[in-house]
Amino acid sequence: MLPTPARRLRGAWNTAAALLILAVLLFPVYWMLNTALQPASGIAVDWFPSDPGLTSFRLALESQGRSMLTSLAVALGAVAVCLALAAPAAYGLAQSALRGGRSVVFTTLITQMVPGIVIANALYSAYAELGLVNSYLGLILADASLGLPFSIVLLRAFMVSLPGEVIEAALVDGANRFTAFVRIVLPMSRNALITAGLFTFLFAWSDFMFALTLNTTDDVKPVTLGIYQFVGAHVSDWGAVMATAVLSAVPAAVLLVVAQKYIAAGIAGGSVK
Amino acid sequence: MTTLTRRPALLRWLFIAPALIYMAAFFGYPLVRNLLMSFQHYTPTTYFTGEAPFNGLDNWRAVLADPLFTDALWHTALFTAGSLLGQFTIGLALAVFFSRRFRLAGLVRAVLLLPWLVPMVVSAVVWRRILDQEHGVLNTFLQAVGLTDGGVPWLSSPSVALLSAVLVNIWIGIPFNMVILYGGLQEIPRELYEAAALDGARPWRAFRSLTLPMLRPVITVVLVLGFMSTVKILDLILALTAGGPADATQTLGTVTYQLSFLRLDFGQGAVVGTVLILVSAVFAVLYLRANRADFGKGK
Repeated sequence: MLPTPARRLRGAWNTAAALLILAVLLFPVYWMLNTALQPASGIAVDWFPSDPGLTSFRLALESQGRSMLTSLAVALGAVAVCLALAAPAAYGLAQSALRGGRSVVFTTLITQMVPGIVIANALYSAYAELGLVNSYLGLILADASLGLPFSIVLLRAFMVSLPGEVIEAALVDGANRFTAFVRIVLPMSRNALITAGLFTFLFAWSDFMFALTLNTTDDVKPVTLGIYQFVGAHVSDWGAVMATAVLSAVPAAVLLVVAQKYIAAGIAGGSVK
Repeated sequence: MTTLTRRPALLRWLFIAPALIYMAAFFGYPLVRNLLMSFQHYTPTTYFTGEAPFNGLDNWRAVLADPLFTDALWHTALFTAGSLLGQFTIGLALAVFFSRRFRLAGLVRAVLLLPWLVPMVVSAVVWRRILDQEHGVLNTFLQAVGLTDGGVPWLSSPSVALLSAVLVNIWIGIPFNMVILYGGLQEIPRELYEAAALDGARPWRAFRSLTLPMLRPVITVVLVLGFMSTVKILDLILALTAGGPADATQTLGTVTYQLSFLRLDFGQGAVVGTVLILVSAVFAVLYLRANRADFGKGK
């Protein structure tokens, strides 16, 4: 159908309305950036950064740079743990006629519903006994739980649709089950693995509860905990707080631009947060 | 369902076992331990003596008699219901709007995801600044356009703070609702709408008699997932109001945190945690019922 003038006009109105919605809903994001760009803006903040500067970002990096590295290390560690557990499990579950397989999938779904604070409550005492409080390993293991059920469900849904003949052929050629999994199933599942990994990274990067409860000192302090304490202590320097906020939102923004297709796939694939 | 080759069951379980053991440790164990702890005198002395004697229903009695618990229960209900209502209604409206075809629709829809991807505690901190009574930009704006005289005490008045928390959480939840509902809308065959239009159905009628019924499974999933993630929210409230002012924004999640990690009475914290689990369990059943359709399709 050719666009008639009326149709084209309606399209233009829709685009205008969409941009208005965008402006309203993303205003807090704009305000975060705007405040961060106006140095020494303790109290009064202009509507636009007429004289933008990076002072706040320097302050943010000085005080929170280490926290950001901690977040990065913990989130990457959580991704590694999560995928190492989820990929084989999803492969095992993707095959039909496994007695008990269905109940494992059910259990996986249920685990997504256990409130994090309940986990933290019990985990803290266990961690205290095991010496895992204030440790990278402890936080990585806890954060991996944020993405694991989601990753298993997502990867299983993907692996169910892989053609069995290819693996069959590899086994005939003499590969054992494990090498077939590593050499054939994993490479074929690349996109699903990336999606699961991205979400696990985001969940772990965003984690605040485990960071707050499983750490009693500043040895392991992710940026979410850093900004929380920062607000408590330096509430007068909102420029630096907002610059930290901007920096801690960078992974989300990058993923939105670079990995849009995986994000969409992940949400569609039964995402839970 | 395609099979990825047949193999001895034992070998397959070897692939599954590590994840199962991990889930037992990080989900199963906390559930059991939490229930046990709710009957134990579990305080800082426990960490010196290593002993947490069972004290029957003492923790339960203490928590249930505390007016803070009843308040928190009520706040949690309001916070959850208000958040879901707002997120879902706006999410659905946006999903319907973005189903139209126009320039930039896909791009704008993608960018709208940002609030959902940013760490919740970070969003809360930004909003705390925006909602500041004296220097917050929201009050500056409202006064500039003449909607209010003085600044609204968004976070500092006990009667408004919970509403503010709900508004912020609606903002956080809109993208998730929008994306899932948008996906559901795309599944509805376009011919149905053409047929309805031929029958003379106006848009609103088509929405009520066609869109909503067809969308029902997706709506159920969105609402139940929304409930699960909202009922236990902690980050948002801690960073926005820390449960205050005057405990006006205390919820089951924040009270659990407060009892266990601030008052260091892990036994009483476990009581509130267990109540939170029970509330979640009811909805977990609903969720599994909603998901059963998916299993049937061999997904």
